[in-house]
Amino acid sequence: MKQKHLVVISAVFLLAAFIVAALLYKSQQSDAALQAYQRDRSTFVRDYSPVHGDPAAKVEITEFFDPACETCKEFYPLVKKLMDAHPGKVRLYARYAPFHDGSDAVVKILAAAHKQGKFWETLEAVFAAQSSWAPDHHAQAALVWNYIGGVGLDIPRLRQDMQSPEVEGIIQQDLADARKLNVKATPEYFVNGKPLPSFGYDQLKSLVEDAVSASY
Amino acid sequence: MSFQSSAQDSNWTLVFVCWLLACVSALGSLFFSEVMGLQPCVLCWYQRICMYPLVLILPAALFPFDRNVVRYAAPLALAGLLIACFHLLLVAGYIPESIKPCVQGVPCSEVQIEWFGFVTIPLLSAMSFLAITALLILTYRRSAQ
Repeated sequence: MKQKHLVVISAVFLLAAFIVAALLYKSQQSDAALQAYQRDRSTFVRDYSPVHGDPAAKVEITEFFDPACETCKEFYPLVKKLMDAHPGKVRLYARYAPFHDGSDAVVKILAAAHKQGKFWETLEAVFAAQSSWAPDHHAQAALVWNYIGGVGLDIPRLRQDMQSPEVEGIIQQDLADARKLNVKATPEYFVNGKPLPSFGYDQLKSLVEDAVSASY
Repeated sequence: MSFQSSAQDSNWTLVFVCWLLACVSALGSLFFSEVMGLQPCVLCWYQRICMYPLVLILPAALFPFDRNVVRYAAPLALAGLLIACFHLLLVAGYIPESIKPCVQGVPCSEVQIEWFGFVTIPLLSAMSFLAITALLILTYRRSAQ
């Protein structure tokens, strides 16, 4: 009988230790990100990053995304809706995290489109056709060209910019920042430096609402 | 009689310790992948395949105590130990890149964690499998006497 108790108590203790350790780890990561943001915002928002929303907005959402990531596509309209709910108070910074095979070439198209001031239009076209150019999560950048014709991009210039060291540098910097912020999956959101406690739209919504009520 | 039952008790404790090791290893690996977000490579998955069943199989040998536990638990522990050793050799660079079984995803030779400068995840795995194997063999030898 004593032996059975020993096994049950051990199992409960180990599970409890796992849960406590996981919670401690998450809160420590969250504190570290927040401190990094308060010390130096630049890891979260770079001057070159595409921005959406009022420049005077005090709430900054940093989104690390991959154009081939389905969840990023699903969240795109949700984030827009969230920003519309707080007009003029929320800004969105797009950061590149090409984690899927072949995504880096698609990200180059987006970064080059940003040089023509058409990042968001291109992103919407890319997301809309995602299932066509990224079947089974394998990004095929060559197919993307079929779906961005309506954006009105200067294609020869775009192709040239894609090869530029500037665009390459931007993507490498974003990847380096993602590593620094411990971004392991996309989409990853930070709201004024705070990461999501766990992934989900409701968690993002309450982070944004908390930040809005704290800043205004 | 009392001597026999105390010997049986200490054998029981050895298998219980094996089970604790398996639980800590399984939860530890889940912490690395699910909490810290480190993607397991192919070899890590093979080691998990050997470790996770031990968490469920070993308690079956505890109630009632089964001295034949070595017959069905040791093959898993030994297989895990061999894979962990292969993984260690790969990380150390003794096994050339060409026979590396990982073609995509996370390369098995990548070191994601290095505590005190030498403790890596495959080393933890190898130590755990080695301890479980040793304790199981010890249990078998003691109970055979």
